[in-house]
Amino acid sequence: MILFEAFQYAASRATEWRDALGQHLLFVAVALGIGIIVCVPLGFVTARSRLAALGILNAANALRVIPSLAILFLAIPYFGLSFTSAALALTLLALPPILLNTDAAFRGIAPTLQEAALALGMTWRQRLWRVELPLALPVILTGVRAATLEVIASATLAAFIGGGGLGIYVTRGFALFDNAILLVGAISVALLALSAELLLSGLERLARVPQ
Amino acid sequence: MALLVFQHVAKTFPQSAYAAVRDCTFEVAAGQFVTLLGPSGCGKTTLLKMVNRLVEPSAGAIFLNGVNIRALNVTALRRQIGYVIQQIGLFPHLTVAQNIAVVPELRGWKKPRIDARVDELLELVKLAPAYFRARYPAQLSGGQQQRVGLARALAADPDLLLMDEPFGAIDAITRASLQDEMLRLKNSIHKTILFVTHDVEEALRLADKIVVLRAGEIVQYDTPYNILTQPKNEFVRALVGANDMLRQLSLVRVATVMQPLPENFADAGAPTLSADENLREALSKILASGATMLVVTRQAEPVGVVRLEQIRALSRER
Repeated sequence: MILFEAFQYAASRATEWRDALGQHLLFVAVALGIGIIVCVPLGFVTARSRLAALGILNAANALRVIPSLAILFLAIPYFGLSFTSAALALTLLALPPILLNTDAAFRGIAPTLQEAALALGMTWRQRLWRVELPLALPVILTGVRAATLEVIASATLAAFIGGGGLGIYVTRGFALFDNAILLVGAISVALLALSAELLLSGLERLARVPQ
Repeated sequence: MALLVFQHVAKTFPQSAYAAVRDCTFEVAAGQFVTLLGPSGCGKTTLLKMVNRLVEPSAGAIFLNGVNIRALNVTALRRQIGYVIQQIGLFPHLTVAQNIAVVPELRGWKKPRIDARVDELLELVKLAPAYFRARYPAQLSGGQQQRVGLARALAADPDLLLMDEPFGAIDAITRASLQDEMLRLKNSIHKTILFVTHDVEEALRLADKIVVLRAGEIVQYDTPYNILTQPKNEFVRALVGANDMLRQLSLVRVATVMQPLPENFADAGAPTLSADENLREALSKILASGATMLVVTRQAEPVGVVRLEQIRALSRER
């Protein structure tokens, strides 16, 4: 049975598999880390300024139209076949969902709540931490979840440009015409995506406003 | 002394060709309940929002306790003024207790003091603390939410309370009971209250004095009784001149109408009624007793009189 073969293959190279998983997770961490650090403040700004929104949000939308693989290959001329190329490409992929959701999240806060916060005598920093961020958080997390899934899936492609990650099993299986090896990569990525989905939707539920 | 003074206050919004508020000058005495009354777009909310500087005037000045509010730190100013709005504006991610605690926390109160204050305020607005403390706003009815809104505004014990059509979005029955609460609170908490409404009955019922506004200008500033009996012009007459006189009598409180006790007052067995009663009660007491004058009391102490002529003056106007 092919699933059993796949499992045996992975078990026989446990260290390699663990390294590949580690590399894959590193891609996710880098892309999301940079994505969140850049996009949450940026989304806060675009929600406030019509001018910023016009330029930045359109750029983000344009970025979304370019296929993952194309972004990956576009990085090669600059950074070669490397981890950096793959990480950069994956970061670019993570940006739009986080940015667009953060923008929508801050935009969606009722003006009356902003006015109430102001009228109660909160400084802008207190408004941000006590009112705006907690209210925006669930929608921001939805964006982070979408970005995470996209990065987990696309990080598989990093192997094509020598970036490592769980995609190595896909490329190897493809090269050796061995579907069992290919499945090691595919199933690992699927399970990773599923766990991320469960974890993040759980977080999202925690952050949601009580009804 | 006047707690709040408006001096030639005006506001023109940037995109607008018309002044939202023009040359408003009036004073609010400490402890008074003043309503800003007028049709929508008359500038009443703008006028209110200039007090806590959510809107800055284009001209003129506002003084709180004799100090020009522009000279004060804006967040400090807001923390000493209670603010209640029609949309209530409770923070949905915070419990009732946390909502009420916002301003005390901003002011740096210690936790035991805040907890005690939250319970005290929930009792004051008639919500059982044990049950309501840990609820979220979405779990409350509109009327309950606005009670919490009121408690939040009162949390740090401000001298001045600004209320912007606070009962406007609440059903008629709940609104009447909230108005009763307001009257009860007004007597117990001794706040100065500036209250925006477009509802004439609400204004007549709650106010010590009413500012009638039209197109950004003050048309008349007087007691409910004087506004009913001596409307300054056709606009005021039309605004307050509802046809049901008994209804109006039931809105005007004796306290806002009574005259001082006569010089040589001796309690000659004249019928009495409480200052919190309305003129309709007064009329029925007069009719029942045959007297032409009633003695108004507060805690059983005579504080003034109300005469039949005063009630008749209301009916003559139509």
